[in-house]
Amino acid sequence: MAMTEQRVSYTMDSSLETIDSAEEKATAIATELGFDDDEVMQISMAVREGAVNAVLHGNAYSPDKKVVLAFERTAENLVITIRDQGKGMDLSRIPNPLAPENLLKTSGRGIFLMRSFMDVVEIRPSESGTELKLIKRVHGTTAGGKEASQ
Amino acid sequence: MSMKVGSRQVDGVTIVDCSGRITLGEGSVILRDTVRDLLSKGHKKIVLNLADVNYIDSSGIGELVSAYTTTKNQGGELKLLKLTKKVNDLLQITKLYTVFDVKDDEASAVKAFN
Repeated sequence: MAMTEQRVSYTMDSSLETIDSAEEKATAIATELGFDDDEVMQISMAVREGAVNAVLHGNAYSPDKKVVLAFERTAENLVITIRDQGKGMDLSRIPNPLAPENLLKTSGRGIFLMRSFMDVVEIRPSESGTELKLIKRVHGTTAGGKEASQ
Repeated sequence: MSMKVGSRQVDGVTIVDCSGRITLGEGSVILRDTVRDLLSKGHKKIVLNLADVNYIDSSGIGELVSAYTTTKNQGGELKLLKLTKKVNDLLQITKLYTVFDVKDDEASAVKAFN
């Protein structure tokens, strides 16, 4: 899948296969854009965590609800958007997974990992779903086969 | 690549050799079932050898935590062996490195139970 068109978008089912597929697409696109191995891993993992949230917590595996995944290459960034059709989330109720009382919890690390791996993470919950935006800055001269902006 | 596990006994300690990915779905379920099966058979000294685990997501991390607490709650002990750089980095940034007893070689891991 080429990124020459600068933006690609996929409408996907609320399934485990979607999570794996989203991760694979992110890996392919990040590699194509010239990110190094560590950055590719970070981007693919952030997308996987975003897809997990959309499929599980947003759409709750509903066959009637879709996940929309989009990749956009701007002059300076790779911008990834993941949108679900769930009920939205209460951001104030997301616990800090690094707090001593939460260290042994078996869930609640997805958003933390996304924030650790991406330059910008924006979460916009609403009653019609949650939109997650993940941004990774492109650097070097190989991204997209073009010179990166100075 | 999905996850595969195999277990063996060394001086009364069960070494669980894991390979592949520990992620939401099959990988996490296999790990959970393996640890529960061992505990139900009375094997309470467990080492998870993660040398060939090349990928783990937040669900997989949660499953490692679950394996650790489940074992501990049943009077057992669970250690981690031979982390790859990726898994090591994840445990560092999630501060779980301070929770798990992580060993670099099998002999040290087995000896640490005695």
